[in-house]
Amino acid sequence: MNVTPPKIEVRDLRLSYGAREVIHGLSFAIRPNEIFGIIGPAQSGKTSLLRCLNRTIDFTPAARVSGAIRVDGRDVRRIKDVFGLRRKLGMVAPLPVGLPLSVYDNVAFAPRCAGIRNRAVLDERVEQCLRQAALWEEVKDRLHTLGTRLSGGQQQRLTIARALSHQPEVLCLDEFSIAIDPVTTMRIEDALKELRREITIILVTNLTSQARRLADRTLFLWNGDLVELDETGVIFSERARRRQTREYVQGIFG
Amino acid sequence: MKTTSSFPPPAGSPVAARFGETAFTRRKARTEAAARGCFLFMTLALVVPLVAVLVYLVVKAWPALGWDFLLDVPRRNMTEGGIWPAFVGTLDLVFLSLAVAAPVGVLAAIYLNEYAADNGFNRLVNLAVINLAGVPSIVHALFGLGAFVYAARFGASVLSAALTLAIMTLPVIIASTREALASVPRAFREACWNVGASKWQTIRAVVLPNAVSGILTGIILQVSRAAGETAPIMFTGAVFYKVVERGDLFPYYLDDQCMALSMHLFTISTQVPNVREALPFATAVALLGSVLLVNAASIGLRVWLRHRKKW
Amino acid sequence: MASVSEKPVAAPAPAARARRPLWAVGLERAFEAFIRLCGVSAVLFVLAIFFFVFREAAPVFRDEQFSLTEFLFSLHWYPTSETNVRYGALALILGTFSVTGLAMALAVPFGLGAAVFISEFCGPRPREILKVIIELLAAIPSVVWGFIGLTVMSKLLVTLTGAPVGVNALNGGIILALMSVPIIVSIGEDALKAVPDSYREAALALGATRWQLIYRVLLPAAKNGLLAAVLLGVARGVGETMAVLMCTGHSVNIPRGPLDSVRTLTANIAAELGEAPVGSGHYRVLFLTGVLLFLITFVVNLAADLAVRGIREK
Repeated sequence: MNVTPPKIEVRDLRLSYGAREVIHGLSFAIRPNEIFGIIGPAQSGKTSLLRCLNRTIDFTPAARVSGAIRVDGRDVRRIKDVFGLRRKLGMVAPLPVGLPLSVYDNVAFAPRCAGIRNRAVLDERVEQCLRQAALWEEVKDRLHTLGTRLSGGQQQRLTIARALSHQPEVLCLDEFSIAIDPVTTMRIEDALKELRREITIILVTNLTSQARRLADRTLFLWNGDLVELDETGVIFSERARRRQTREYVQGIFG
Repeated sequence: MKTTSSFPPPAGSPVAARFGETAFTRRKARTEAAARGCFLFMTLALVVPLVAVLVYLVVKAWPALGWDFLLDVPRRNMTEGGIWPAFVGTLDLVFLSLAVAAPVGVLAAIYLNEYAADNGFNRLVNLAVINLAGVPSIVHALFGLGAFVYAARFGASVLSAALTLAIMTLPVIIASTREALASVPRAFREACWNVGASKWQTIRAVVLPNAVSGILTGIILQVSRAAGETAPIMFTGAVFYKVVERGDLFPYYLDDQCMALSMHLFTISTQVPNVREALPFATAVALLGSVLLVNAASIGLRVWLRHRKKW
Repeated sequence: MASVSEKPVAAPAPAARARRPLWAVGLERAFEAFIRLCGVSAVLFVLAIFFFVFREAAPVFRDEQFSLTEFLFSLHWYPTSETNVRYGALALILGTFSVTGLAMALAVPFGLGAAVFISEFCGPRPREILKVIIELLAAIPSVVWGFIGLTVMSKLLVTLTGAPVGVNALNGGIILALMSVPIIVSIGEDALKAVPDSYREAALALGATRWQLIYRVLLPAAKNGLLAAVLLGVARGVGETMAVLMCTGHSVNIPRGPLDSVRTLTANIAAELGEAPVGSGHYRVLFLTGVLLFLITFVVNLAADLAVRGIREK
């Protein structure tokens, strides 16, 4: 029996946009230092789930959340320091976004917002995060370039570096590879495998092959319902309990 | 095989029979040319007479133009002299009104665009702001009279007139600032929120610096509008004549009444008999020149900043 | 790939996670409250305009010498008469509409024509130049336009038409047309630019000439935006004060022809407000005229808004 307390625990989560319920009572737990995959077709509620985790759902006026989401035992909806929560959970969006600041400022942005002003500390943080995101070698001589002028693959790695810059304990990636080339995707996947030693990773993806490569456990979400949650090896084999899972994984529907 | 493509194709060739010039195509080409000519005429009919009128103004104003005209005060019952009191009065009014309207307008736009929830009340507010940008200038004058001169008891003064101008320019500053803020893509804001930045940190680091050009151009345009308007200041603080020292930079106190360039043009062309002919024309040229200069600065700023686009 | 972090990231103690200094948080909260204040007060200023103008006008309904039907439908405007005070604003209303109507009759064809030319027949360089010229035209203050009408146009009209006096409805109409054209051109051009390029490509692929493209495809497709442009030009015309004050003459009567002298609602307020004693019936009727103007421009602006909204809903 696994006695380490879960990093993230979701209990009966429901989310509605206006009158339309998009997540119907989800309950699951994520263990520390694992790569947790979430697969499912489009419009399943995967992105909405992530936004509930770091409370960016607050910026959608019509959204209503009920149920409990606990990070390290504390309910996120009752946390007073929302910004601290968002620094604890890093988020990488599907489309690469380079902020219109220099590469250095892109990565130093979050630490500065958190109150770090010491130049030496910032320099070290920027280099560390760019290395972890597999971008350092390409930009180390031009840290002053505008983030928006990098290529798509570079901007996505920059987004990951930004997400790492505030030393998160959990990194959430929302379909990070849809807008980038396969080579960059491979490099990021290698970086993720390195990172998992230090942090917990939630990997939301449309590509079942990606979950199969990276995730320890996988959750199959369909139309806001949890269909099945198990070890990746089980989900992607004949041992999957639900027929729906087996059919989705084999590509019979998507 | 030799391939030629020439239009019209040589007569008698099979191509000509299919695609060549016929009476039909000739007629189409004629209507095309006629349409083009017609629209060109309409455009020129606007531009050319205007340029002609402006040239005429400058020509008639020429005898009176010069530094003396700017720095001197009106003499001999306004039939001679210069426009200094009016010029400095306009500067004071414009500066004071923008000092109020610009910060309030920009901050209000930041509130409406970045902080306010998208509910029914705020949509009503948007409607109000947009429609108030179209209010006739004389209604602004009535408002200034009712609110500042009488209700607030400021009396007819520089303060009342400047506040009236401020209220006149406020809705447009709010609207143009909102447009500038909205031109910054939402994706940037979301990326900042995702790393734990607060709304104000996001605005200060990403939104405002990239909206500044649009905000500035909007404010500069209102400078020229405030300088040119007459009706709002006619009853709230601008007067026919005030004694001022030549070249005095700070002749007016807040509770004084003042002269203003726009008002001066009105009085000198309608209320002053026997004025030297070049004088009203020179006043018009001075006012027009100042306004066009400010607008040209705004256009130049916009073009220059467009080249520095960051995404 | 070196991971050179000294602090273990897996389980940082709360002290290791950076926090913003409290004074910075406090300052930001205060500033955000100030921003909220500005937003709310700007809205209040904007609503105050409604309130104050109505407030000064409202007591007029209690005045026995005033009747709303007389105001709207009577031609007799004698606010300063000692024996028989009458506030009939019909002549002024007709003055406003006749001058604006004349202005639109000139401005709409020329303005839309220029918009079509700039949008469809121009290369990019001439287009930039023309747009700058139109923008500078829009910046000319109304008192300067009034001056032009008073001096240049007046002389022109006298020589061309032989009228005794050059300030009349036609003068005001022409000047107002020149003032409204920039709005019509810029909004009209925006409306034409908003028509998707696919329409143009489809029409040209079918062999249409430019004129047919414009007449049969673009104008119908852009008609909502063009209507909005015209309506906004009308709103500008109705609300204009100084130019019509200086160019249209000063008699309060129904214009029988374009060469007659008229007075508009706006010019009337400007001309008489200085002499009306504060709080008197005359004073309040002038404010009521302001309310009327407000309503007219509000309705026209609303119509323009709806016309534009019509495109977006499609």
